[in-house]
Amino acid sequence: MNPKRVFAIFLRQAYLYRRSFPRLLEVFYWPTMDILLWGFVSIYLQKSSTGLPGFVAFFLGALILWDILFRAQQGITVSFLEDMWARNLLNIFVTPLKINEYICGLLLVSVLKVIISFSVMSVLAGLLYSFNIFKLGVMLIPLIINLVAMGWALGILTTGFILRFGQEAEVLAWAVAFLFMPFSAVFYPVDVLPPVIKTISFFIPASHVFEGMRTLINSDGFPSRELIIATILNVVYLSVALIVFKLTYRKVLKDGLIPKIGE
Amino acid sequence: MVQFPDTLIEIKSLWKAFAKKHALKEISLEIRKGEFVGIIGPNGAGKTTLLHCLLGLITPDRGEIRLFGLPINSKRSEILKRVNFASSYVSLPYSLTVKENLLIYAHLYGVEYPAQSCENVMKMFDIHPLKNQPARRLSSGQMMRLNLAKAMINNPEILLLDEPTVGLDPEIALKTRNLLLKLNRERGMTILYTSHNIKEVETLCSRVVIINRGEILADGSVEELLERYDSEELEALYFSLVK
Repeated sequence: MNPKRVFAIFLRQAYLYRRSFPRLLEVFYWPTMDILLWGFVSIYLQKSSTGLPGFVAFFLGALILWDILFRAQQGITVSFLEDMWARNLLNIFVTPLKINEYICGLLLVSVLKVIISFSVMSVLAGLLYSFNIFKLGVMLIPLIINLVAMGWALGILTTGFILRFGQEAEVLAWAVAFLFMPFSAVFYPVDVLPPVIKTISFFIPASHVFEGMRTLINSDGFPSRELIIATILNVVYLSVALIVFKLTYRKVLKDGLIPKIGE
Repeated sequence: MVQFPDTLIEIKSLWKAFAKKHALKEISLEIRKGEFVGIIGPNGAGKTTLLHCLLGLITPDRGEIRLFGLPINSKRSEILKRVNFASSYVSLPYSLTVKENLLIYAHLYGVEYPAQSCENVMKMFDIHPLKNQPARRLSSGQMMRLNLAKAMINNPEILLLDEPTVGLDPEIALKTRNLLLKLNRERGMTILYTSHNIKEVETLCSRVVIINRGEILADGSVEELLERYDSEELEALYFSLVK
C-alpha cells in the first residue's frame, strides 16, 4: 500500500469539489433540505399526536444517522463515477496504482463527505429544533462506525457493478442504499415490521444500529447486543463486497472493459 | 527467440479474443531500448488492444508479456512506474486546472519532487502559461499537450502513444511529432506509437509494425520493408498487405 497514491486519489476529488460550485453545493444542499423538511414534519406530527414521546428526537436522530450511511456509500460510488464521466479512468488505471489503493482513496473521500454532511445536519438540528445528537454520548461512535462500514460495503459493491456493466448500472449509485431503507427500520422500530421483513431486517446491519439508537434515546441502557450483531454483519458485508469487487475487477481485465467504461 | 540485453518489451505468442473473435493472434515482438516503433493497421486491427495488454489493462488469453524483464501480470505496479501512456481518446478531469491534473499524476507515479516535475513538463510542452486554467478551457491541441505532459511526468523509459495526433491541427501535430523525436533521440526514450497516418509513422519511426486482424503482417525499418516487399513506398506496401 503506497500512501502517496492513496492521497492522490483523495486529492483528485478534493480538487474537484474545490473547483466545482454545484458539487460543493450538493454536499450541503441535500442534508439541509432533509433536516428542514423532515424536522418540520416531525414537529407537526409530535404536536398532532399525544402517544409518541420523543418523536422528534427519534426522527431527527434517524435522519442524521441514515445520511451517514448514504454519504459513505455515495463517497465511494459517485467519486468513481466522477472519473468515469471525465473519461479519466483509463489514465488512472495505467498508473502504478493498485486496486486496493484506489479503493482506500475512495474510502478517504467517503469519510470527508460523511464528516461534512454530519456536521451540517447536526448543527441545523441543534439550531432549528434544539436536538443535540451528541447527547447520545460516546455510544454515537460505534453507531457511526457501523453505518459507515455498511455504506462502504454497499459503495464497493455498487462500484464493482458499474465497473462490470458500465453506464447501465449507474443508477445503482443513487438507488442501492434506498433499497435497504425499508428493511433497516430507520424511522420505526423493527417490531412493526411483518414477520418476513423482520427476518430480512435481522440480516441488515443498519437495522440493529437504528434499534440501538432508539434504545439510547429512550435511555434504556447500552445496546450491546445490537452493536455486536451489527459489527458481525458488517464484517461479513465488507468481506463479501471486497471479494466480489476483486473478482469483478479480474473479470473486467479479462474482458477488456476498462477502456470501454463510460462509452 | 534471441534475447537482447537491452530488450525492454518482450511479447511472446500473445492471443486475445473477445466474444470468440480474435483481437490478437500469436503476436510476438521484441522492442529494444531507444526504438521508436510505429504500429499501423486499419480500425479493429488490434493496435489499441496490444497497447492495453502491454499496460496490463487487458489480460491476454495466452502468451507472455515482459517489460524490463518483468512479467506484467504479476509486477504491474513496479513496471508502470517506468512507463506512461497518452491517447487522444482519453481525457483528464475538465474541472481541474492544468497544474492540479499534473500534480495528481505526479503523486500517482510516485515522482520524487511533484511540484518541480509539474513545472518541468509544463515548460517542456509549452503549457506553463496555462497552468491555472481549468482543463475545460483548453483547445484540443492544448489538451493533447496536457495529455503528453502527463505522459512525461515520471520521465518514463517507455512511452505508449495511441494515435496522439488525431484531431490536432497540422501545426500542433508537427510540433508534437518534433517533440517526440527529440525525446526519443535525446533521452533514448523507447516509444510505441499507433497511428492511421502512414506518412507520420514513416517520418517518425525507426521501425514499423503492420498489423491486421490481430496478426503481424510485416515488421522492420521502412527501408527493410520496402526492400523485402519490393515496394516503392510504405503507403503502397501497407495497402497491398492489408487489402
